[in-house]
Amino acid sequence: MRANTWAGRNKVEVRDVPDPKILNKRDAIVRITSTAICGSDLHLVDGYVPTMQDGDVMGHEFMGEVIEVGSGVSADRLRVGDRVVVPFPIACGACAACAAELYSCCENTNPNAGIAEKMFGHPVAGIFGYSHLTGGFAGGQAQYARVPFADVGPLKIESELTDEQVLFLSDILPTGYMGAEMCDIQPSDVVAVWGAGPVGQFAMDSARVLGAAKVIAIDKEPYRLRMAEQAGHIPVDFDEVDVRSRLLELTGGRGPDKCIDAVGMEATHGSAHIAAYDRVKQAVRSETERPHALRQAIMSCRSGGVVSVIGVYGGFLDKFPAGAWMNRSLTLRTGQCHVQRYMKPLLQRIERGELDPTRIITHTLPLDEAERGFEMFKNKQDNCEKVVLKP
Amino acid sequence: MELTATTTIRKPASEVYAYWRDLENLPTFMAHVEQVRTTGSRTSHWSAAAPFGKNVTWDAEILDEDPGEKIAWRSTGNADVPNAGTVRFLPAPDGVSTEVHVVLIYDIPGGVIGKAVAKYFGEEPHQQLDDDLRRLKQVLETGEVVRSDGAPWGKRARKEFPQRPAQPLSDAELAKGADQ
Ligand SMILES: NC(=O)c1ccc[n+]([C@@H]2O[C@H](COP(=O)([O-])OP(=O)(O)OC[C@H]3O[C@@H](n4cnc5c(N)ncnc54)[C@H](O)[C@@H]3O)[C@@H](O)[C@H]2O)c1
Ligand SMILES: [Zn+2]
Ligand SMILES: [Zn+2]
Repeated sequence: MRANTWAGRNKVEVRDVPDPKILNKRDAIVRITSTAICGSDLHLVDGYVPTMQDGDVMGHEFMGEVIEVGSGVSADRLRVGDRVVVPFPIACGACAACAAELYSCCENTNPNAGIAEKMFGHPVAGIFGYSHLTGGFAGGQAQYARVPFADVGPLKIESELTDEQVLFLSDILPTGYMGAEMCDIQPSDVVAVWGAGPVGQFAMDSARVLGAAKVIAIDKEPYRLRMAEQAGHIPVDFDEVDVRSRLLELTGGRGPDKCIDAVGMEATHGSAHIAAYDRVKQAVRSETERPHALRQAIMSCRSGGVVSVIGVYGGFLDKFPAGAWMNRSLTLRTGQCHVQRYMKPLLQRIERGELDPTRIITHTLPLDEAERGFEMFKNKQDNCEKVVLKP
Repeated sequence: MELTATTTIRKPASEVYAYWRDLENLPTFMAHVEQVRTTGSRTSHWSAAAPFGKNVTWDAEILDEDPGEKIAWRSTGNADVPNAGTVRFLPAPDGVSTEVHVVLIYDIPGGVIGKAVAKYFGEEPHQQLDDDLRRLKQVLETGEVVRSDGAPWGKRARKEFPQRPAQPLSDAELAKGADQ
């Protein structure tokens, strides 16, 4: 089959690889009809997540048709012919983490748990197409994928909704929603979201759906800010204005009640010398993150507020504003999304028209043009917000 | 050399105990054990996998057992690598899970076998046992040892690092299986 693979830092390549086969009884094989490129894929391609190997099949946002199921998948759960969206964390459904609905922390799905434990203190779940640290599972930017624990994760789509309407239930819609949910939003809350990428846009929409009084979008890409503004959010361009002062202005000096970091480890900074400090440290790997957005969110949040982090961090960071966090009673919440927890309720919100995930799609390309898709998404070319690939 | 490791499994102690007490199950999750054959109600015959030193086999006997709570065993006769082990099963505070606490003791000899064993365990010998227990947990909680494209052979995951790429296996690789 054709599959988009990691080919070293800053390089992806669509190659011919073997078709996937059932390896465990609870596996299914899915013929992929739509798949997407994510900001998390950029961290892999930019070389900031260790344990990627040449030839790793990328992609963790995909959906399609079940063409084979293992002997351990019961027919009332999944059958050949079912149309499914596959959540990016692989979860067993039986461990203590799964019982607590902490699916991205599943204790059983990472065959390389011993390695992950070294890095993170405790292991994390397997994830499709997302390094060997999270298991070494082939991803979904391909014609077919093997889906382990197919009786736990995949969500059946039985209505007439298009792929474009439901594809993002695999990751970014639940991720944005979890970012907002972790904020425990009250009707009087002003919510500020750092990053107007796909994840940030969905965090903003979710904050609105959960009843926030005002939602602020912070980025430096005018077209992304325009997209947020069209959806009803208030844009703040960090290349044009001082973010902190603008946020104070927009909140009567209080600061946002809730702050969401939807940027992660590769943030850029308006102030050149600070950006350079972190860039150099990150380049020599003495710091693995460039946490500008996170620092700014913590400094901006009103006392007693919540800082919710859905942007991905992989290692260690410098100059964490522990003083602001501690002395001003901030709550810091975070996680790789527990996608399985949100798929059904969010599908219902899509069906009821409360959320329109298609609004962020700017490009649809054949799988074979994945490399061009990565290029455009990474370099913000042609007003690229989200790329959907068709195998 | 003494190794200890522990894990928590979301199954009642009786079930975890019963799985372990059927010693023929041990090779399913213990990386270095190739086969265990039961030879009597308390005796068994073990063979170790190649990286542990070629053709290492030994007899073992259960010294002590408390159903649902504890099993203790040791090698008998002229074992190349005399060894003993104890596993205890304790109810976890959540009321549904079982804590498994394992102690293994190896009397590592000199010579070729001793070297092979030392090499096998490497610099952080307890990791092997940690991984064994992770697989035990996978088997009891999910039914099988979990495989990925990068680590398709379950028990061998750590030794294969850096692994084969995370892309599907070819028919030839699948046919060859773990002993490529
Ligand atoms: N927690 C999860 O489960 C989960 C799931 C999916 C994605 N993610 C992560 O979410 C993050 C965003 O993903 P995406 O697909 O939207 O990526 P993206 O790269 O398209 O978006 C990031 C945006 O942040 C902006 N940005 C950079 N520096 C900034 C700063 N200092 N302040 C404000 N904005 C800044 C960029 O201009 C860009 O528009 C990534 O880190 C990704 O890995 C997390
Ligand atoms: Zn993603
Ligand atoms: Zn689990």
